[in-house]
Amino acid sequence: MRRLLNARPNGGARLLLGLLPILALVMVYLLVASARHAENPRDKITPIPSAMAAAVQTMAFTADPRTGEIPLVADTKASLRRLGIAMVLAAVTTLVLGLVIGLLPLVNASLGPLVAAISVIPPIAVLPILFIIFGLGETSKIVLIFVGVTPVMVRDLASHVRAIPEEQIVKAQTLGASTWLTLLRVALPQALPRLIESLRLSLCPAWVYLISAEAIAADVGLGYRIFLVRRYLSMDIILPYVVWISLLAVIMDLALLSWSRVFYGWASPPRSR
Amino acid sequence: MGALSFQDVWVEYGDKIVLEKVSLDVPEGAFVSIIGPSGAGKSTFLRLALGQESPTRGRILLDGEPLSAEPGPDRGVVFQRYSVFPHMNALDNVLFGLDCAGSPLRGRLAGKARKEARAKAVALLERVGLGHNLKTFPAALSGGMQQRLAIAQALITRPRILLLDEPFGALDPGVRLDMHGLITELWLEHRLTILMVTHDIKEAFKLGSRVVAFDKRRHDPQAPHRYGSTAVYDFPLDEKKRRAIPPELAAMATSSAD
Repeated sequence: MRRLLNARPNGGARLLLGLLPILALVMVYLLVASARHAENPRDKITPIPSAMAAAVQTMAFTADPRTGEIPLVADTKASLRRLGIAMVLAAVTTLVLGLVIGLLPLVNASLGPLVAAISVIPPIAVLPILFIIFGLGETSKIVLIFVGVTPVMVRDLASHVRAIPEEQIVKAQTLGASTWLTLLRVALPQALPRLIESLRLSLCPAWVYLISAEAIAADVGLGYRIFLVRRYLSMDIILPYVVWISLLAVIMDLALLSWSRVFYGWASPPRSR
Repeated sequence: MGALSFQDVWVEYGDKIVLEKVSLDVPEGAFVSIIGPSGAGKSTFLRLALGQESPTRGRILLDGEPLSAEPGPDRGVVFQRYSVFPHMNALDNVLFGLDCAGSPLRGRLAGKARKEARAKAVALLERVGLGHNLKTFPAALSGGMQQRLAIAQALITRPRILLLDEPFGALDPGVRLDMHGLITELWLEHRLTILMVTHDIKEAFKLGSRVVAFDKRRHDPQAPHRYGSTAVYDFPLDEKKRRAIPPELAAMATSSAD
């Protein structure tokens, strides 16, 4: 008998094993929902699929008569814009700061402690400050995401750059590289795949900050909508929205992953178990 | 007066003395092997030559000028590991030295200059036996091929002196033999001046035109750190005597064979 730890699924079996828990979860939900629906047809906590389909119809395919826009599209656009601007700003800042802190001991000595101090502040705690400084508009939401993810990303990238073997840095210098060229041709290319990895991991907290900010003060956005309809216990809207948000997150994650695979193939570790 | 000259060099960390009174001339065209037991300051000596470290006392001269206190293009180096850049293919690894010399801002040559540099790099890669692996990344090269690449990369800028830090230590015996042949050929062809640190005493005598052994001359049982290492043996080798290991070092050879 083979040991359990040597049994590996392949192809179809792997797909099936992955789908099984998801299907089971859906089944459990459907059972609970139909049981509750049979008891009380006006139950709102566990809407049956047809109720959710009706909600999706109004939210995703029907223009809001007041604004003339489809709510889901407007919400998605607003949220992705906030998230996108914040993540691009975070990535650029991380790249610049992470590289110089990681490569230059002088900058590390002066900026390292500050970044470390900022990164332990819970970002939601500074949200009131951001609202006071930047108002309730778009800026404070973008800044919240930026402040939330950047310090951790900077620390991660700096420590990655610092971990480039000393031999490589010495070698570059013996080949005539200045500080600038060492940064540009040795540190930067090795930092980029790590930055993408770091962006992937940061997307999760970024969504948390986005939805928190939208829940508190917004008039459009995925988080705003969820918290708006919560007042009416509209689980038939909340659940599809949550699925939609998860889908967006997965797509972003896969996009970043394939970007990294295509452009930084040399950095991809060999396939593990 | 040698190409590289150490004059009464001391290295101390606090009250710990690592190297004491090291005086050594590496003449133009010499292949100097440095051997010695672990902790005898071989690596420190190489770090001095690289400029990664400065002597506490004494002077190091390169062509009569004081050595700059940081690594520079006048000294090439091949390390045992991490010697090549993992994010560049073989050709780019070798081109890097020419890129740096010719394009201080972008770090990449363009146009005609790039074509010329590429031809040079390809020729050198073919010389070390990597002509078919121009676009291969280091991760896909074997250990021996990576060291071939590292040697080509270091030679492209024509350094005054080539420093080798246990360059073949991590290779299989067969591959190591091939590499011995290659480095000897390159040494003669390019009239290189080489300083090699190794723990393999046979390799030292086989390759070097001169072997220098580092060890502590004196031992203080109460305070072993107060005496540093220095060059205790210095054998100039001519071709005839090349393969015979002197009896003084035979004991060291057997002890380092394990």
